[in-house]
Amino acid sequence: MANNLIEIQGISKAFGDNTVLENIHLSVKRGEFLTLLGPSGCGKTTLLRLISGFEQPDTGTISLNGDNLAGLPPNQRQVNTVFQSYALFPHFSVFDNVAFGLRCQQVKEAEIKQRVLETLDSVHLKAFSHRYPAQLSGGQQQRVAIARAVINKPKVLLLDEPLSSLDHHLRKNMQRQLKELQRDLNMTFICVTHDQEEALSLSDRIAIMQDGKIQQIGTPREVYEEPCNVSVAEFTGETNLFDAKIITANNTSLVVEVEGKQLTLENHRHIKPRQKIQILVRPEDLKVLDKTEVKDVSKMFPGVVDEIIYKGSTVDLVVHLNSGKQLFATEFFDEDDEDLDYHLGEQVWVEWIPGWEVILPHET
Amino acid sequence: MKPDQGFKITSITFFWVFLALFAALPVLCSVIMSFLQPEQQALYGHHFSLQNYQTLLHPMYLKLLWRSLRLGLIVTVGCLFIGYPFAFIIAHTAKKHRAFLLMLVIIPFWTSTLLRTYAMTTLLQTNGLFNKALLSLGWIHQPLHLLYTNTAVVIGLIYNLLPFMILPLYANIEKLDNSLIEAAYDLGATRSKTFWTIIFPLTKPGIISGCILVLLPAMTLFYIPDILGGAKSLLLGNVIQLQFLEAHNWPLGSAISVVLTVFMGVLLCYYNRSLQSKKEVVL
Repeated sequence: MANNLIEIQGISKAFGDNTVLENIHLSVKRGEFLTLLGPSGCGKTTLLRLISGFEQPDTGTISLNGDNLAGLPPNQRQVNTVFQSYALFPHFSVFDNVAFGLRCQQVKEAEIKQRVLETLDSVHLKAFSHRYPAQLSGGQQQRVAIARAVINKPKVLLLDEPLSSLDHHLRKNMQRQLKELQRDLNMTFICVTHDQEEALSLSDRIAIMQDGKIQQIGTPREVYEEPCNVSVAEFTGETNLFDAKIITANNTSLVVEVEGKQLTLENHRHIKPRQKIQILVRPEDLKVLDKTEVKDVSKMFPGVVDEIIYKGSTVDLVVHLNSGKQLFATEFFDEDDEDLDYHLGEQVWVEWIPGWEVILPHET
Repeated sequence: MKPDQGFKITSITFFWVFLALFAALPVLCSVIMSFLQPEQQALYGHHFSLQNYQTLLHPMYLKLLWRSLRLGLIVTVGCLFIGYPFAFIIAHTAKKHRAFLLMLVIIPFWTSTLLRTYAMTTLLQTNGLFNKALLSLGWIHQPLHLLYTNTAVVIGLIYNLLPFMILPLYANIEKLDNSLIEAAYDLGATRSKTFWTIIFPLTKPGIISGCILVLLPAMTLFYIPDILGGAKSLLLGNVIQLQFLEAHNWPLGSAISVVLTVFMGVLLCYYNRSLQSKKEVVL
């Protein structure tokens, strides 16, 4: 049998005149943590609701474990959802909330009791089984919602913005717990989020969506380091984009003019001489150097430090080049380098190590 | 004194004076009246007596009480069965259409209830619209005898009281988080299980307040049994009216209305308790 648990083929969905999803193809592997990442309104939640059965696609098919899900209502799909608002039943205790799914399947009460307590234990909430949802903190409610879903042993667990209503510290903590739980249960998770950091740290693979289309699917590293276009790059992290003019291009290398300097870059993406391109450099790949440190400035850009944000392990800099272009740079502290001592208005040189840039087709 | 404080004191005083004059005082009067000796020559006597309440224990009155209660319950259940789906549908239509649908519920109030009830007599007559429609549809072969029966009274009361059921139910159902219904469905519940375990318990406060708002008027709206039920249908409301206006026995009329007030008080306590238990959950 194929390794793919979910096969989504040619899904489109429109609400009235508003096309929300357009010809989506997506395969989800067994046991993987896949994240749908995109800005609000990109169709990611609709895609989730199509999988859970709350919406029906206009065209295309979704199959789970080889079976076509078309026409199957949510209560007959082996898929469970953790809702953004958690949707805990306010008139049920934690125990009864978690037991709900098993009671629907008419499992014997003795078995229900054992399984509910087991599941609550796995999310560290065994002691809270008699409480009501309103007596729990946000993080605890979140864990009840997850327990209530995973107890049914769904083939796929869908999570709709699962951590969006938690505060920053709790979110970090829950990210780890969520990842741990997914590994322990060996369950397939599909998570929807607009938080790039969450997507990068949780997922095995990320599908970046925009305007109802999947822009790119890949591992966190792939989408961060090798984004296929500017919007993917911007959605996965901070960017510095340079307009560049191609001077010569062949199969292996590319000579371009950027900010008045000529650079020779490797041509991985087989860019043709007439193509319009932009060059992406992540802030952490930019080096900001003291005027006195450098000798050869033929491949460096002169600029002035506008802003210094000290973050403990890093220093974030805003530098504006003499051409007026603004850049964001992140410099890491290094035991051997004591020179991270920038001050406002300082004249600096900016460069990046050739090969760390990403060459993207130009988007206007 | 700050000017807005003057306004505050004036409005609160007005509110309390209004309540005291038009709510507390009349109730107090009828409670006192109900303990006075009935008098042949006057509207009421001047001696304390429990006679009125003893009269109410007479089988004839107990039967009347039971008949009124039964009819009131039938009307309440009828309103609930019609009103619940109605409120549910309104609460689940697109927001921009809701106001229009709610207005349709309220529009009949712009015409006097009395007029609308008289209008119903023409609908329910043996050769009225209702019978003609059923006959022409072939559902019946003999015109139904509806007017001046309990059925007509029930129809009239349900028609008049339905908005009092729909509005509190709507207010409650509208607040119900739709994702709870989706969650139940997602967890494998059938539609009926979702209704009975999630939707129904969470809309209970609306059901109870709707029922209270319908049950009491159903037992006391005297003109509807008068017009639609003829002489055959005598309910508590009619008896109160008779005692005050025809028999000139104010103490007995007061005693009946005190009984009704106490009954309503008990129902309200029950309603409060159902809200309280929900509040505990929220805490």
